Amino acid sequence: MPDLITALHLSAPEATLAVGGLVLLMVGAFAGEKSSRLVSTLAVGLLVAATAITVTGPLGQAFNGAYVADPLAVYAKAVIFLSSAVAIVLGDGWMTRTRIARFEFPILIVLASAGMGMMASSGDLISLYVGIELHSLALYVLAAFHRDDLKASEAGLKYFVLGALSSGLLLYGASLIYGFAGSMRFEDIAAYAATNPSTGLIFGLVFLICGLAFKISAAPFHMWTPDVYEGAPTPVVALFATAPKVAAMVLIARTLDGAFAGLHDQWAQVLILISLISFVVGAFGGLAQKDFQRLLAYSSIANIGYALLGIAAGTTLGVQAMLLFMTLYVIDQFGFFAILLSLSRNGRPIRKISDLAGLRKERPVTTLALTVLSLSVLGMPPLSGFWGKWAVFGAAADAGYWMVGAAGLVASVVAGFYYLRIIKLMWFDPAPEQAPTDKAPIEAKTIAWASAAFAFPLVIIGLTWLEPLAARAATGFGAG
Amino acid sequence: MPQIPYILSVVTFLPLVGAGLILLARQLNKGSADSAARWIALATTLVTLAVSVHLVCAFDQANPGYQFIERFAWFAGAQYFLGVDGVSILFVLLTAFLMPLCILASWTTIKDRVVDYMVAFLVLQTLVIGVFTALDLFLFYIFFEGTLVPMFIIIGVWGGANRIYAAYKFFLYTLLGSVLMLLAMLWMAHTAGTTSIPALKTFAFSPAAQPLLWLAFFASFAVKMPMWPVHTWLPDAHVQAPTAGSVILAGILLKLGGYGFILFNLPMFPQASEMFRPLVFTLSVIAIVYTSLVAFRQTDIKKLIAYSSVAHMGFVTMGIFSGNDLGVQGAVFQMLSHGLISGALFLCVGVVYDRMHTREIAFYGGLTSRMPWFAAIFLMFTMANVGLPGTSGFIGEILTMTGAYGVSTWTAFFAASGVIFSAVYALTLYRNVMFGEITNPALKTITDIDKRELLIFVPLIIGTIWLGVQPGVVLDYTAASVEALTTTYRAAIGG
Repeated sequence: MPDLITALHLSAPEATLAVGGLVLLMVGAFAGEKSSRLVSTLAVGLLVAATAITVTGPLGQAFNGAYVADPLAVYAKAVIFLSSAVAIVLGDGWMTRTRIARFEFPILIVLASAGMGMMASSGDLISLYVGIELHSLALYVLAAFHRDDLKASEAGLKYFVLGALSSGLLLYGASLIYGFAGSMRFEDIAAYAATNPSTGLIFGLVFLICGLAFKISAAPFHMWTPDVYEGAPTPVVALFATAPKVAAMVLIARTLDGAFAGLHDQWAQVLILISLISFVVGAFGGLAQKDFQRLLAYSSIANIGYALLGIAAGTTLGVQAMLLFMTLYVIDQFGFFAILLSLSRNGRPIRKISDLAGLRKERPVTTLALTVLSLSVLGMPPLSGFWGKWAVFGAAADAGYWMVGAAGLVASVVAGFYYLRIIKLMWFDPAPEQAPTDKAPIEAKTIAWASAAFAFPLVIIGLTWLEPLAARAATGFGAG
Repeated sequence: MPQIPYILSVVTFLPLVGAGLILLARQLNKGSADSAARWIALATTLVTLAVSVHLVCAFDQANPGYQFIERFAWFAGAQYFLGVDGVSILFVLLTAFLMPLCILASWTTIKDRVVDYMVAFLVLQTLVIGVFTALDLFLFYIFFEGTLVPMFIIIGVWGGANRIYAAYKFFLYTLLGSVLMLLAMLWMAHTAGTTSIPALKTFAFSPAAQPLLWLAFFASFAVKMPMWPVHTWLPDAHVQAPTAGSVILAGILLKLGGYGFILFNLPMFPQASEMFRPLVFTLSVIAIVYTSLVAFRQTDIKKLIAYSSVAHMGFVTMGIFSGNDLGVQGAVFQMLSHGLISGALFLCVGVVYDRMHTREIAFYGGLTSRMPWFAAIFLMFTMANVGLPGTSGFIGEILTMTGAYGVSTWTAFFAASGVIFSAVYALTLYRNVMFGEITNPALKTITDIDKRELLIFVPLIIGTIWLGVQPGVVLDYTAASVEALTTTYRAAIGG
């Protein structure tokens, strides 16, 4: 019995979210359709509380090692829960304005967050799978949340079908690993893999990587990303681009650098190939895009390639670099989506990149914010995106992956073209005759400005405490 | 002389403070924001100039090391580390000297978005001075890359008809060069365990690693310089940029490449520099001869001067990689002198362009009769560009050629022929634009330069002549630092 109490104490963040989510469901069900604002507020409070519990909670293992609360999990969960909270804030205002506000929206995000927390904390193959499914199922529904919209339904369906396929691959890989290693626990697998690198185990590992690569939308498993980004409601895409990616990246670090540290030579090849393809697809695929959210999809594919490079290094430094990169990336992404949500003409959101033409005259501050964010994602020093790239390329170089690093940097120059186009449209091009932009909603404006201010200049100060945190979280991971 | 505390940080970030003031002034007073922006920008650049003059006066010429050092730990091994030696201090001065002239040159010609324009220039000034004072690898990279953004906006917003193409080309070309440098920097920080540039200069990189590192840095600086065959972005950028943008581009931004060679390639990778010297010499000679010939065929005045810049930068690379005192000192001198001369030439083009709004050579002719003052000034800088003795252009060319002569006779021979070619295109340009009868009726009413324009040219004239007859003022500053550099270089290559 004391075991169970310790276990519940350790897993308190997820327990809080799960129970809190159910309570909110009751609140929503009894208070009716109009309660969405109330439920959203409570959900944000719940997520912040879960973050506080995570940060202050004890460290250790629970449920026979199936659940791990270590510095890595704490760091990841803090990022994930706060990202989800920001997504709810962005979503609530947008849903109200487009008149599709329903109280299920924040609840689904809360439940997805519980799943993502589980992913970040998983210590065996079962909790890995449960975490992935819990968050995926909630996300499938969210993708199709705008149910009268054809594109949103299409996005939800595509995401669901391809997601089910990837879960199948993942499950098949997991069963192979279990069959060969004889255990579900990452610790036992690590001990087995270090001594018996059998073909069957590697086979299972590759399937596992494919399944996880789908979740982070790394090429060549990225096919769903542009369509889902284009079709799903913008605040939902803001969530897709941030929290689940962090959770899945941490999960990859946990399985590969933890359970399969002994097979680094084998999986590093796979990961490097995936990152290479991701840079190239992300950089070249984005060139011809006209829809802003599709462009962001390709940008995310390229950026996931960079983050994977950190894991591929297989070192503590690499995991640390990945965490730092993902954190800075998440903050940039929220800026982009908040700006997208704050721009509309006559109530119609701006979706085409070309609609940004001449924005400088009308919205100088938004233009400046979007310029800073674009340059940051492009990797211009001293903006935040540069430091993320600096960390992952440093880690990759440290591990000896020179040529991949060079390829990634050259790809980033190609990608530079489409970020520059955003700047060019806003600054250089004259504004066409059109309706003026609507007044920006306060929450989107605040988040956009905060995010841009973080990208520069706050990042200079922010890094001095983010970096030690990431370093502490990464300690103990990596083969060397 | 009393010492200003943290003088390098002050000189680096003063322009940024000015930019902040301009933005503040706009918030406070929307009506007269434009004229406030002009005056604040001018005042800021003049104060920066005064501080840099103070810096130059307080500098100890006999000390070959870095002075006015400021060093604080930053994060992740990087540090905030500033310092100047005899070479970089002169570039700081050059930047501070040209900036007020650029602001004056754009006084009336820039009418659109004046506030943004002045802010972009001041930010650019901070970044450029930062490049010359940074002594930490990553700090250097931040400033070096950062210069792309304001320049991209200056070309893209206030440039000519084809400005967007030129802005993209400028940005992506230089970005591609510098990402490779970033990778090399990461490797160096990893191998040497430090990001301090003075420490890296004494770190002996293995001869096996040197060629790749050298090439990575070369890729970045050769594009910036620009060297043949990666010079093609320059004529486009120049032609489309506004006049002051061209002055900054030719006068200062091109010098970042040469400065980079002196800071990184030569001292850190001496064996590789020795190995690749034939390559650099070949490219330099091609640049000198080929681009001179290309310049001769141009129909656009600005493009002609842009190609002439490429040719003159050929002397710089040749001088630097001669690896001897004369060559490197000559290269530094040539860069400073070219900063003044090409800046002045672009300002001359600006004068006629502001009046006639065309840069076609064929449009002009016989301007001497209508613009005597302008004719005298343009003649003086044309001659300085050709390398007439008594002007600074001559000293730079003769020093670099003498330096190269000690290493490769043929290189010096071909470079010397370039001097003749430069006379051909420069004098032809002068004759076509200035001499003869006025055949184009549009030119009948053209006016001579006014007082503001004269005020811009006077400091440049004084500078060019002064350096031409008294080259010692520059060479005394560079002597100790360059000698220390070449001594270690020769010791490293065992010569």
